[in-house]
Amino acid sequence: MSIDNGYPDVGNKIIGKSFTRLDAHDKAIGRVKYVDDLCDKSALCTRILHSSVANGIVKSIDTSEAEKIPGIVRIFTCFDVPRHYFPTPGHPWSVEPSHQDVADRLLLTDHPLYYGDDIAAVVAEDEIAAAQAIRVLKDKVVYEELPFVLDVHDAIKDDAPLLHPDYPGNVLAHTQIHQGNYEEAIKEEGLIKVEGWYDVPTVQHCHIENFECFAYGEGDDRYVCYSSTQIPHIVRRCIGQALDMDWGKFRVIKPYVGGGFGNKQDTLYEPLCVWLSMQLGGRLVKIDVPREETFVNNRVRHGERFHIISYLRKDGTFAARKYEAWADQGAYASHGHAIAAKSLNAFPQLYPCDNIEGDAWTVFTNKPVAGAMRGYGMPQGSYAMEANADDCARALGMDPLEFKRKNLMPVGFVHAFSGNELYSDTFNQCFDKGDKTIGYTKKYEEYKKPQTGDVRRGIGVATFWYNTAVYPIALETSSCRMVLNQDGSVQVQLAETEIGQGADTAAAQMTAESIGLTLDKVHTVSCQDTDVTPFGTGVYASRGTYTLGFSVRKTALEMKKRILEYAYELTRMQPYIMDIIDNNIVRKTDGRILMSMKELATTALYSRDHSVHLTSETTAHIKTNAFSFGCCFAEVEVDIPMCRVRLLNIVNVHDCGQVINPALAEAQVHGGQSMGIGYALSEKLLFDQKTGRPLNNNLLDYKLSSFMDHPRLVGEFVENYEPTSAYGTKGLGEPPVCPVAPAIRAAVAQATGCFINEIPLSPDVLYKNYVEAGLIEEEGGEH
Amino acid sequence: MYDIKALYEAESVQDACRLLTEHPEAQVIAGGSDVLVQVREGKRAGKELVSIYMLDELRGISIDKDENVRIGSLTSFSNITKNPIIQEKIGVLGEAVNMIGGPQVRAIGTIGGNTCNGVTSADSASTLHAWEAIIEITGPDGVRYEPIKDFYIKAGTVDLHQGEIQTAILIPKSSYENCFGHYIKYGKRNALEIANIGCSVNVRLSDDKKTFDRVRIAYGVAGPVPMRAPSAEEYINGKEITEEHVEQFGKEVLKDINPRDSWRGGKQFREHMAVVMAQRALRESIKKAGGDVK
Repeated sequence: MSIDNGYPDVGNKIIGKSFTRLDAHDKAIGRVKYVDDLCDKSALCTRILHSSVANGIVKSIDTSEAEKIPGIVRIFTCFDVPRHYFPTPGHPWSVEPSHQDVADRLLLTDHPLYYGDDIAAVVAEDEIAAAQAIRVLKDKVVYEELPFVLDVHDAIKDDAPLLHPDYPGNVLAHTQIHQGNYEEAIKEEGLIKVEGWYDVPTVQHCHIENFECFAYGEGDDRYVCYSSTQIPHIVRRCIGQALDMDWGKFRVIKPYVGGGFGNKQDTLYEPLCVWLSMQLGGRLVKIDVPREETFVNNRVRHGERFHIISYLRKDGTFAARKYEAWADQGAYASHGHAIAAKSLNAFPQLYPCDNIEGDAWTVFTNKPVAGAMRGYGMPQGSYAMEANADDCARALGMDPLEFKRKNLMPVGFVHAFSGNELYSDTFNQCFDKGDKTIGYTKKYEEYKKPQTGDVRRGIGVATFWYNTAVYPIALETSSCRMVLNQDGSVQVQLAETEIGQGADTAAAQMTAESIGLTLDKVHTVSCQDTDVTPFGTGVYASRGTYTLGFSVRKTALEMKKRILEYAYELTRMQPYIMDIIDNNIVRKTDGRILMSMKELATTALYSRDHSVHLTSETTAHIKTNAFSFGCCFAEVEVDIPMCRVRLLNIVNVHDCGQVINPALAEAQVHGGQSMGIGYALSEKLLFDQKTGRPLNNNLLDYKLSSFMDHPRLVGEFVENYEPTSAYGTKGLGEPPVCPVAPAIRAAVAQATGCFINEIPLSPDVLYKNYVEAGLIEEEGGEH
Repeated sequence: MYDIKALYEAESVQDACRLLTEHPEAQVIAGGSDVLVQVREGKRAGKELVSIYMLDELRGISIDKDENVRIGSLTSFSNITKNPIIQEKIGVLGEAVNMIGGPQVRAIGTIGGNTCNGVTSADSASTLHAWEAIIEITGPDGVRYEPIKDFYIKAGTVDLHQGEIQTAILIPKSSYENCFGHYIKYGKRNALEIANIGCSVNVRLSDDKKTFDRVRIAYGVAGPVPMRAPSAEEYINGKEITEEHVEQFGKEVLKDINPRDSWRGGKQFREHMAVVMAQRALRESIKKAGGDVK
């Protein structure tokens, strides 16, 4: 029975099955087209001149010599661009000015605020000429150098250089959650105080496809911009804001994207690219960002420093807790405080406690700009919260898993502001399943025994708080269009973009299920074009599948209704006694196939009695959100003298509600685990303290974890049908990365007895800590 | 697109020497896994290149008439690893070059390029130092031979004169006979890595396998060029194979090495690693030689 009755999806045929993703074949044989593949070879190439000071004023740029290089078309400097400040983050626009994103960017700036800021653009016939010009221009810039600040705690000092005059103390925003009475509560007798400072690094998304866009003029003062983006409709708006022109003058087209992870949930160089084309009479101009610049001139994940104090009763419950966090925003606001605020909001929910004092600050520094990245503050926050929970369990002498089970959000918990409810015993179910797979309980007891020798083992477990979408903080809307083709197949259009996560396939499975088609009869239009695609804000958070589900279901049901109404004209059977099953119109009373969808569609379009183009198009305005929880178990072997962690086993278990496509869901988990492994063990963007210059902005020196650093990645699910969701599903894009680093930290700590409060747990960090702990002699050597 | 002024494709070794003489500013390119990276970074942008990549006579591994293992300079890393002569005589070299980059780089990169680069971190270099390789250099005036320790002059500079190219690397029989070695590469991840420090040890044990007849050890990234650790070697040669001697051997290397202090790794940390790696590589070498540490 298909699911037109509105009840939960019992007896699904398509949903919950591991269909091969729609683009698998084309991607495997290299046939899909990314932005660079679509750019005509006649395009002019752009290279950006980046500042070589971390804070300063550009007094002049002498372009005369660079202009003489053969192949140079034009050089535009910060003195040429319009001074319309614009916002960049991929948030739905707010019509209320107080909720609008900070507009602090110019196309090119005469006041660089980080080492590498964009101060000029060279447009050339080819990239070699452009690169030659950049090498010449580097020495032709006169700066007035200003003092700069790289650390959040230095940046909030009174004497720190101020990056943006409107934000005193360099604080972009500060929010608080105070509940109960912390100061009174800590006076309770017999409490155990567990305090820690936890540091997480600045890291980068490292999607395979670097950001690229190209633009050209079309018609009467309109411009087309192809972009490797997650958010075409938002990019169109930001281009309009940057150039102070009507948004409809721009058409943004998003083809296949080679990964985004939130970096492409930001407007990057699209406004500059369109402006350059505009200056050159609408000529085709492209900006492709080299990897080195992707690290510096796109977005990064906020580095963050946490201070958590927990007061525990001897029975293992929390009496009071304090939480402070300082997020490193870098030079411009981008997504800003939303990241630090997310983990602050999570703190009182994950481990509820009556008395909480929580504060979060987002602080400007003279570094690359932090924006959205998979997990949006929660890989950071989960690390600190779970590290502190592990520290609490240790102080109590309890098994950390037992401590967590005892204190985590209980079933039936409702978050007042969002209305999110924990409907099922998710945490315990996930823990149970993961424990069984990895053998946590047995191994924990085994590794707890005193270990000697150079190589020791440990196991850890961590959980996290997450929610799926952005309601009620921001707008949730999704629109969908379905069109019946001549052969009875349907094409689906959505603004939720395919960026490698499998959105197109999920949308097709939902459509097929809800109309009653087989999957091969559904074609998801993968490319988004703001002139054609129904309005939506793209993909971000962990909302794609959840959000598009509402508009797909609504549109599919309307589509089905129209199809059956037309079937009535041909069969004289009432629509309500018919159904669509496996591409056929079926009479429900006796199961007879009355006609095929193909016959119906061909007739509908070519009928000389009643020709009709059967379509449907709806918008779902969503006013719900859903918790999405899970956990990670990690088992490690630590070679103490070699300062190396080897990850032996990793198991994530997630409750993302109804799994739409198990194979794709598992792949999401694997990707998140990989990202989490790098975060835990090796990744960190480094800066020269004397100049602010990035040191390791390339894939050799920035230690993204490789296949050779991964054990077999295991992802499992518990499926509690999410009642707020159109298909029972909820977020899975980001959650898998959140618990990995704290689980690995706990495992390393169990192995060595050395609890380290910073990540990555890279060899230099282990060395420093193991020398301090007396695990390594300072002179070195084995024993 | 690469910023290359001109590319001259050599048709023979003599032709390569002629081209390099005629174009004194030109850079030799073999597999290109280093040169093209430098061109892209702008360091060698706009230069002339002389390619020797098509010279098949510089490829392959053989035992020559003097029983040296002869490795043609254009032999790729993956071919070295898979070669039966290397596996039999100097297996550690095959293991060391199998840790370079990833599979694609190992298929295109050459051992000649790895050594002519003159960088201290080259994964082949410490093993070639530890096995006292001889570099064969061919120039307009013929062939000359040079011990590898003299070939490396300073960071980034090797002893190649105008018009010369490296044509082979030789390992003498006296160097490989009855020798067993182990290489440890220390990086922050298990692939796609340049050594933070690399240590290559080899041993020749006495017939009863109770004493060290000859131990050689060399490092990459313990100084500006790959280097041996003579104090450690002197300490251990002739000694009984005991745990105490293995431990002390490691500590002795600190008399010889001088690693840099940089953001890629602190000096103290690298010194610690050098000691641990010396001990571990020695233990592994003893094991491969059929010995046992008491």
